Amino acid sequence: MKTSTCDLVVVGVGGQGVILVSNVIGVAAVKAGYAVRGAETHGMAQRGGSVISHIRIGCTYGPLVPPGGADVLLALEPAEALRYAHFLAPDGIALVNTQPILPLTVTTGKASYPPVDEILAPLRARCKELRTLNATRLAAELGAAQALNVVMLGLLSRYVPIPEPVLLETLSETIPAKYLELNKRAFQLGQREL
Amino acid sequence: MKQYLLGNAAIARGLLEAGAGVITGYPGTPASEILETAATFAQPYQLHVEWSVNEKVALEVAIGASWAGTRSAAVMKHVGLNVAADPFMTLAYTGVRGGLVVIAADDPYCHSSQNEQDSRRYAQFATVPCLDPADPQEANEMARYAFELSEALELPVLLRPTTRVAHARAEVELGELPERSTSGQFEKRPEQWVMLPVHARPRHTALLQKQEQMRVTLEKTPWNRLLLRPGKLGVIATGISGLYAAEAIKLLDLDLSLLRIGTVPPPDDLIAQLLSQVSSVLVIEELEPVLEEHVERLARLHNPAVRIRGKKSGDMPREGEFDLQLVRNAIARLTALPQETIVPLKEAAAILPPRPPALCPGCSHRATYYAMREAFGEDAIFPSDIGCYTLAIPMGTIDTCLCMGASITIATGIRFGGDERPICCSIGDSTFLHAGLTGLLNAAYNKARLTVAILDNETTAMTGHQPHPGTGVTASGEQTKAVSLEALARALGADFVETTSPYNLDAMIATFKRARDCPGLAVVIAKQACMTNARRTGIRNRPFRVLESCTSCKACLEFGCPAIEFDGERARINELCSGCGVCAQICPSGAIEVIE
Repeated sequence: MKTSTCDLVVVGVGGQGVILVSNVIGVAAVKAGYAVRGAETHGMAQRGGSVISHIRIGCTYGPLVPPGGADVLLALEPAEALRYAHFLAPDGIALVNTQPILPLTVTTGKASYPPVDEILAPLRARCKELRTLNATRLAAELGAAQALNVVMLGLLSRYVPIPEPVLLETLSETIPAKYLELNKRAFQLGQREL
Repeated sequence: MKQYLLGNAAIARGLLEAGAGVITGYPGTPASEILETAATFAQPYQLHVEWSVNEKVALEVAIGASWAGTRSAAVMKHVGLNVAADPFMTLAYTGVRGGLVVIAADDPYCHSSQNEQDSRRYAQFATVPCLDPADPQEANEMARYAFELSEALELPVLLRPTTRVAHARAEVELGELPERSTSGQFEKRPEQWVMLPVHARPRHTALLQKQEQMRVTLEKTPWNRLLLRPGKLGVIATGISGLYAAEAIKLLDLDLSLLRIGTVPPPDDLIAQLLSQVSSVLVIEELEPVLEEHVERLARLHNPAVRIRGKKSGDMPREGEFDLQLVRNAIARLTALPQETIVPLKEAAAILPPRPPALCPGCSHRATYYAMREAFGEDAIFPSDIGCYTLAIPMGTIDTCLCMGASITIATGIRFGGDERPICCSIGDSTFLHAGLTGLLNAAYNKARLTVAILDNETTAMTGHQPHPGTGVTASGEQTKAVSLEALARALGADFVETTSPYNLDAMIATFKRARDCPGLAVVIAKQACMTNARRTGIRNRPFRVLESCTSCKACLEFGCPAIEFDGERARINELCSGCGVCAQICPSGAIEVIE
């Protein structure tokens, strides 16, 4: 039995734009006529830490996606994709930016960061479909690596029950005018990866 | 019209829709956005919205407004209510004139807090009503209703959202914003507003006499709702747990009665009705067994044979936050259905590096602590406080963190407790103004020999960069006087006061050494605007790079800035560099330079 239309978790590192992407999805889903429940990380955990944002489209219950319940895992960073992979439903889809961000535990030599392939293998085994791209590099080629979140939003657009024009309209209302053209191109780059 | 709103924004709207004229608070996760949202309405609607110096002050200002007949609210995180507990407890005796709502946001699981205390206990303690919303829409409606309830009972009302309500988002149906006027007039009522013993005794009696009216009024609110079904197990759940329970019952396809509750005290009649129809009942609530204890009392009257399952039976935890999986499994266990526990992948634990939160790239606190450690040595004692700077714990300069302002006082106690080693405690600017002043005064008065470092980044950074009395800006963005920390420290009795920028590492170390050698009470103000806040406002410094002359000594890596990596052969500065330049001062071979 399903108690929502589509459950998503958006994960990444504090500062990557997880909340912005989550909000665009949530606002757009409301515009598209859905009840939406979301939950996000604020405060201490945000500071460069691992963050997760929950979005439940077509849902009137609690805002947290249960483990094993996510239809889509949108990961802005590969290690964070694996950290939260257990949220995926068995028939879930994982969309992963392959550009690592090294945590302080790695840069200071206390831990090591595994090869990205080693991260993706168990993830691939866990879900129905895994799609990867280097969104950071694509965004950097546009001139703004920080637009990686919007590249990933473009990739996500085909996997959520929200009409693409509504997502783009919401993006336009969210992004400051001077960065809008760049972000629209970032969105299209992500879409084209399909 | 429906808007996709953060729970805290929905609460702020509720306060405004109810016509609140004075809204006060102190920043604290997960409550900060309530006042921030209200502040954006302050000028167009002529409200008084203020960041108060601390929560006690916030509540007392709100009380004054209420006694002048203006609806008011005081907003804080759960531990803030400890600070405001003194006025809160006696406010129940005096009562209110204009409706007064106290909002204390609880944080099960300590997402961003030092404890997970349950504010419903405060409502019980003060014998005032508490509303416990399940989602942003309810939180908005409860915020509005709380003023009516407050005026009907002439009592303060506690609104208690949890993190997953305050920081949830949902589409919220907004009401109209009323025309309002702050033309309050204080009425002299000494028998009510002057809590001399002779007045307090009858006010206590009056408070106790209001309890029955409170119970009856709350019972009829729409947030207490009973759905009776044939199953012999009943479920009672409060706040957000009601949503977890409803979804779990649906997923498990069970015929269970569900009583969802949104008030403290809870509705006796609905609980009694449920208890009379079931043989066992599962009570689902995060944190303390407030509801469970109430159900136990009612069961003795209405159905002594009923089996009560909850925290005391070990079916539900008393710590941490709940979610659908936890609640679903608890119900499945009691109905002989299979449980489903999905945990992180074993590969995740095996191969992934941990990613704890850390000080931002270019954070001045990192430089301050580096200098402090250089000057005081690792054997010194470093009591600390509440703020971003506790994230410096890997640097070895955070030895204690208890509550707002406790760095200076605990340092004082360590000294008088007999430890003769050097002591340098650290406290942020906002925290110092909140609860550090009295501790510094106490240390001066009682002749404590120690160094107090005020980490002045000119903002309340951890909670989202709110202004404070040192910044010269109010909550609604107006210019105001900026209090001098140096002048304060001198006035409170410090023997030594020096201000230095931690971005000048040598100067910072020298200042700390002079403070260390001071025979009395030294105050060092490490002043440097928060880099993350500066970047938010568009300020950019030139980034730095590592030259080929890098000898891979890793001195810069030990500094622990997220912008510095090691590529196997040499240090490398990544795109996170904010250009503070401190690593270039640390590099022993001069191999780090600014990119011109």
